[in-house]
Amino acid sequence: MEKALALQMRGITKRFGSVVANDHVDLDVYRGEILAILGENGCGKTTLMNMISGIYFPDEGQIFVDGQEVVIRSPKDAFRHSIGMIHQHFKLVDLFTAGENIVLGVQEEGRYNLKSVNAEVAKLADKYGFRIDPQKKIYDMSVSEKQTVEILKVLYRGADILILDEPTAVLTPQEISRLFDVLRRMKADGKSIIIITHKLNEVLEVSDRVAILRKGEHIATVNTKETNEAQLTEMMVGKKINLNIKRTEPVNAAPRLMVKNLNLDDSEGLHVLKDISFTAYGGEILGIAGIAGSGQRELLESIAGLQPIKSGEIIFRNPKKDKPVTFFHKSMKRVKELGAQGAFHDGKMQPVSFDGMSNQAVKKWVDSGDVLFNEDEIINLRDKTPLEIRSLGVRLSFVPEDRLGMGLVGSMGITDNMMLRSYRKGPTIFLDRKKPRALADEIIEELRVSTSSVNTPVRRLSGGNVQKVLVGREIAFAPKVLMAAYPVRGLDINSSYMIYNLLNKQKENGVAVIFVGEDLDVLLALCDRIMVVNSGAVTGVVDARTATKEEIGLLMTKTDRKEDAK
Amino acid sequence: MSQHHAENREPLIHLSKRPGISLYKAWGIRLAAILLGLAVCGLVAFALIEKIQEKPERIWDFYNAFIKGSFSTPRKLWKFLRSTAVLLGIALALTPAFRMRFWNTGAEGQTLVGVLGAIAVDFYLGGKIPEPVLLILMLLAALLSGAVWGVIPALCKAKWNTNETLFTLMMNYVATFLVSYFLVVWVPNGSSSLPKMKFGKLPALFGNDYLFIILLILALTAVLYIYLNYSKHGYEINVVGESVRTAQYVGINVRKVIIRTMILSGMLCGLVGYLIAAGLDQTVTTNSVGGQGFTAIMVSWLGKFNPLFMILTSALIQFLNQGAAQISQDLNVSGALPAVITGIILFFIIGCEFFLNYELHFRGRHAKVKKEGVK
Repeated sequence: MEKALALQMRGITKRFGSVVANDHVDLDVYRGEILAILGENGCGKTTLMNMISGIYFPDEGQIFVDGQEVVIRSPKDAFRHSIGMIHQHFKLVDLFTAGENIVLGVQEEGRYNLKSVNAEVAKLADKYGFRIDPQKKIYDMSVSEKQTVEILKVLYRGADILILDEPTAVLTPQEISRLFDVLRRMKADGKSIIIITHKLNEVLEVSDRVAILRKGEHIATVNTKETNEAQLTEMMVGKKINLNIKRTEPVNAAPRLMVKNLNLDDSEGLHVLKDISFTAYGGEILGIAGIAGSGQRELLESIAGLQPIKSGEIIFRNPKKDKPVTFFHKSMKRVKELGAQGAFHDGKMQPVSFDGMSNQAVKKWVDSGDVLFNEDEIINLRDKTPLEIRSLGVRLSFVPEDRLGMGLVGSMGITDNMMLRSYRKGPTIFLDRKKPRALADEIIEELRVSTSSVNTPVRRLSGGNVQKVLVGREIAFAPKVLMAAYPVRGLDINSSYMIYNLLNKQKENGVAVIFVGEDLDVLLALCDRIMVVNSGAVTGVVDARTATKEEIGLLMTKTDRKEDAK
Repeated sequence: MSQHHAENREPLIHLSKRPGISLYKAWGIRLAAILLGLAVCGLVAFALIEKIQEKPERIWDFYNAFIKGSFSTPRKLWKFLRSTAVLLGIALALTPAFRMRFWNTGAEGQTLVGVLGAIAVDFYLGGKIPEPVLLILMLLAALLSGAVWGVIPALCKAKWNTNETLFTLMMNYVATFLVSYFLVVWVPNGSSSLPKMKFGKLPALFGNDYLFIILLILALTAVLYIYLNYSKHGYEINVVGESVRTAQYVGINVRKVIIRTMILSGMLCGLVGYLIAAGLDQTVTTNSVGGQGFTAIMVSWLGKFNPLFMILTSALIQFLNQGAAQISQDLNVSGALPAVITGIILFFIIGCEFFLNYELHFRGRHAKVKKEGVK
């Protein structure tokens, strides 16, 4: 390669206590290239980059910029050597405009002239193909626009080496391809770009070379053109992994959870959820896709009884006398005989009679999933607390997004966390730790949780093990509905696939699984149907077997005109 | 050039979190901290006490006084045990609230109204009803007063999410003024000091006035330990303390737990107030609790909210207090010096927790070796 070296790292080591985050890492970055740093969570990608950008100081090793050894002790030092990092979590002042944020903290001679700053920002944006209005306030911006401001902030300070930490995690497919265009233009301009990611397809799409880290060690750097997904995964994980998710056809899918015209306001009266309606079937996985913060968390919490809703119905259909939908499809005559006790219409349950209806019309009703048959036991979960929901015999499991802040108690051991849902059992005022202890042992054994003992505080476990404990507990009491919010976030590939398998097994057992995810590839491979939400409203439901990422991406940003007019 | 030089230096000290620490090392650090604290106290004593400056060997009197303060005579020993029991009792009362992360700084007031409640019953009914009935009524009055004082901030917290630290702290002043008010009403001659009550005195156990209180507090320690660690209530308290959202997620009624626990906390303060009123003082003043309600906060924290550890921490603090008082007596120094000495030792004890969690790395060593290797 005849390109000039921009940055060299030699023997970089960083330890946190007994944990070696980076172990003698050597890395070269050239001018005018995009280098992807690939590795699982916790492999030391971000730590390594934080040492170049002046947030951590290496315990050992040297850094060279343009062949000169440098010592970087603060982000300021990093900027002096033209290194700029764009962090995963944006650091912007909401009340300032883009231009003000970009110039903030720059120490220049002379007077502060926002006009010239704005002009320069506009010029920069033009050069690299960003779309930005320097006078727009941050609070008016989308996540993608905020990211643009962060990148411009670094460019404005004259960075030649740009580090982007997981830049695509928060973007839609369309925004990602736009970002990649910008990166390619910067590369053509001679900048060095380091992009941290764990998404293989993005690595293959945008980078020139890939450096793979595993457990703090630099495994290899390969040319992107000469590699493929399987090889990269193997280097990342250390062994061959089957990346296919086995998806079975739903059997005996029957409506289990019906949400009708659900509305939710936050404490300031803003609409968080708008008229959400959907039906989740037992024996299928319903995916929920959307940009982070589109109301996914609030929707699941409303169903679980943690948020008081403004209006709407949440109906749990008790599956005691389950009749498979296939049965209904085969014999419309018997469906008519069975009769319906009602159906949802305009957000309310209204009596329905099949008498005199054509078979075709009855089938349409049944397919809509809105009909409640005479034999169905119906439980309305609306305005019920989590405790009331449980005491009604509704087996609803919920794996929340915030594992240690909501699903588990970080300072308690696995045994005590097993008791969270069941500690009330037993006639005495004292706790019975025997059964939870047995369950803890079982989960450790079956899900291969690595922990020194059942009493080790769960916050000391790794992310994957924490999630296994939580999912294990939620599955343990044989749920009929299982809701999981971002269950593989921060997990390594092995743990992720174990979670997918657990969800699939629940689906095969006839559980209605609701899966909120962020990785569209996974959603498309795992789910049966995908519901897309944007700004608290459903923008579409697609068949995961036929839909494309682009289709979902469009729905993720689609705004409902009618909603705005209201 | 000088700038380049400065640029090439790595930071002098950097910190890293310890992954874990062996038991020996942890206690070694704690012991070292106490010894270091004592050494610094010696230096301070040398700088401030004239008698030691004149005769440096008198520094041993200084250290000796610590031991003498609590153990030289049976009277001092019983005083040590009794005061430790009272301090431990208040700390125990605070602990359920603290485990719930409800920062109850109102133990002083909750205990004081307990004293007031018991003495009020004694004042109006003493001699008119049989002694055992009087003692029981006094107990009920003390428990009720403490519970009311504890539950008011809890109700406001549950209803309007008020800040419990400020609220409970302010309630202390209300309690003090309430006592002042009753003293004016009860003591018409204007001296505002209520003579000792003739009735309503807890009987001595085996001829010892303090034994009953000490045994009762020890029993309470065991009961509270079991309550917090093995009962469903204790479990709920721990969950609410760790994360309110987790508690809601599993259907714990957080408001109910806060209110219930603060009633308990206040009631236990009231119980200690009763022991002070019926077992020790037989009267009430604005200073009946004497700041122990605040010291107890430290006892509970230092004992990591574990009732069994708190036996040790309350004894340690009482030991320091009595030792410091002995020093001021033996070496004839002002009353402020003992406070300085206790402060220094506590500073070292609390400060060493930092070194239990973090490790320091100094510039040099490994980095130099590495550089030579490269060249």
